[in-house]
Amino acid sequence: MEEEGGRGRGAGKFSGQNLKQRNMPPTDILFYVFAALTLLCGVLVVANPFSRNPVTSAMFLVLTVASMAGLFVLLRAFFLAAIQILVYAGAVIVLFLFVIMLLDLRAEERRKVKRFGLVGALLSVGAITAIFFKCLSSSALGADPSPTMEGGTIALGKLLFTRYLLPFEIVSVLLLVAMVGVVLLSKKDLK
Amino acid sequence: MTWFDHLSPLPQFLIFSALKILGVFSVLMFIVAYAVWVERKVSAAIQDRLGPNRFGPFGLLQPIADAVKSFLKEDFTPAHVRKVYYWLAPAIVMIPSILVAAVIPFGSYLGRQKMVIADLDVGILYTFGIVSLGVYGIVLAGYAANSKYPFLGGIRSSAQLISYEIAMGLSVVAVFLLVGDLNLSRVVLFQSGGFTHWIIFKQPVAFVIFLVAIFAETNRTPFDLPEAEQELAGGYNVEYSSMKFALFFMGEYANMAVAAAMMATLFLGGWTLPIAGLDQPAAPGQIGVGLLHIAIFLAKMLWVVFMMIWVRWMWPRFRYDQLMDLGWRRFIPLALANIVVTAAVLWMRAGS
Repeated sequence: MEEEGGRGRGAGKFSGQNLKQRNMPPTDILFYVFAALTLLCGVLVVANPFSRNPVTSAMFLVLTVASMAGLFVLLRAFFLAAIQILVYAGAVIVLFLFVIMLLDLRAEERRKVKRFGLVGALLSVGAITAIFFKCLSSSALGADPSPTMEGGTIALGKLLFTRYLLPFEIVSVLLLVAMVGVVLLSKKDLK
Repeated sequence: MTWFDHLSPLPQFLIFSALKILGVFSVLMFIVAYAVWVERKVSAAIQDRLGPNRFGPFGLLQPIADAVKSFLKEDFTPAHVRKVYYWLAPAIVMIPSILVAAVIPFGSYLGRQKMVIADLDVGILYTFGIVSLGVYGIVLAGYAANSKYPFLGGIRSSAQLISYEIAMGLSVVAVFLLVGDLNLSRVVLFQSGGFTHWIIFKQPVAFVIFLVAIFAETNRTPFDLPEAEQELAGGYNVEYSSMKFALFFMGEYANMAVAAAMMATLFLGGWTLPIAGLDQPAAPGQIGVGLLHIAIFLAKMLWVVFMMIWVRWMWPRFRYDQLMDLGWRRFIPLALANIVVTAAVLWMRAGS
């Protein structure tokens, strides 16, 4: 794994030097492409001017997740990128689609925006913007020229089972509780 | 080749990658075309018929005739379909199987080039991530048709795909516990040095679960419920005609080819063959050995494809409840037990 990472980083470096004389390194261009895609698709999930079809929203959510996976790859967090696709695009949103398709879609398409929903949306957008600005103001931009994340599978696994064992176990128990709850709720007669 | 050596590594990398992509894609499409021919010939042999024998010797040019027919047929779009999804779904069915081919090591080295398009450290996770995207093609095809039978077919097959993905993923976890790496090239190297090193002999339970799961994932008999003609008038592809229908059809065979390649890589030793030192990567000078490795890989892969075709004409279709029962109540517990047993054995070995 170390050897692989080293080679990958080396490749990034030479390609950077190669192209920096003329313009941006290719990874920077890719970053802007993926970031723009993430934002664009994210907006289209909630505010698509062409269609109010929930299935369309779900499909744009898939594209959002996929472009976020692209951003993870640019940070060399390959494991996270793969998991992002596997868990979110491959499982969670498929189940979304499942539920949406089995619901009555026409009622959803006619539904007006409620005041409660609007207030909730504005509050969460405001909170996220606040966090975003706090983060941006507290970190010096451009200080670290090569942003990398702890992305290797072995490193991540070691961290999960040593330093972050307790949170990991707690999350596992939480998921187990949710699973048991689903099984219990979906039983027709509770006896 | 001197001009080539003067190029900097980035353009060299791009050129080699483009060549490898071109090679893998064309071989994959060739296998897809001829898997259909083999399917028809094998079914004919099993049912004591002749099979295609009109066009070319042994009907060998039949795939060309099929392709021309698909292109020339009227591409009819029913009035009630959801147009965008109707156009998207056949493409989405084809894409994941082609993407998965990118991480499969189909040979050792030719010259200095590693015979894999992308040697990812998280190869297997990438594979499962992309495979899980294959569901969208089928769900959207069912949804786009906007009529009852395709919709039910789409829902039914997506439930099938999701269920067996879990069993498939869990079966492979035991393999990676054993190998200790997610990189597919290193999985292949792990299996070099004797037939008993092949993972099929070390993890027979995982092999069986993976084998059954790929039948379910590729919609092959005995799990071809998504296209159960008797119940669903054909399933998710009812409203499709012409080349769009052909894309679903090709998608199935491309999935089969890629699943067979995964099978060969994970369980059957990949490009290695423990005879005459063929289980070591080829040195830069040994172009012949490199080519032989590719041939070995293709032979293993085609053998699995042949077996999948053979099974189709020997087995009846499972009922839907039997399919779900097998997936959820048998294979998932079995795969979990296999993981625990493998982990325990590895732990004891490490301790002693």
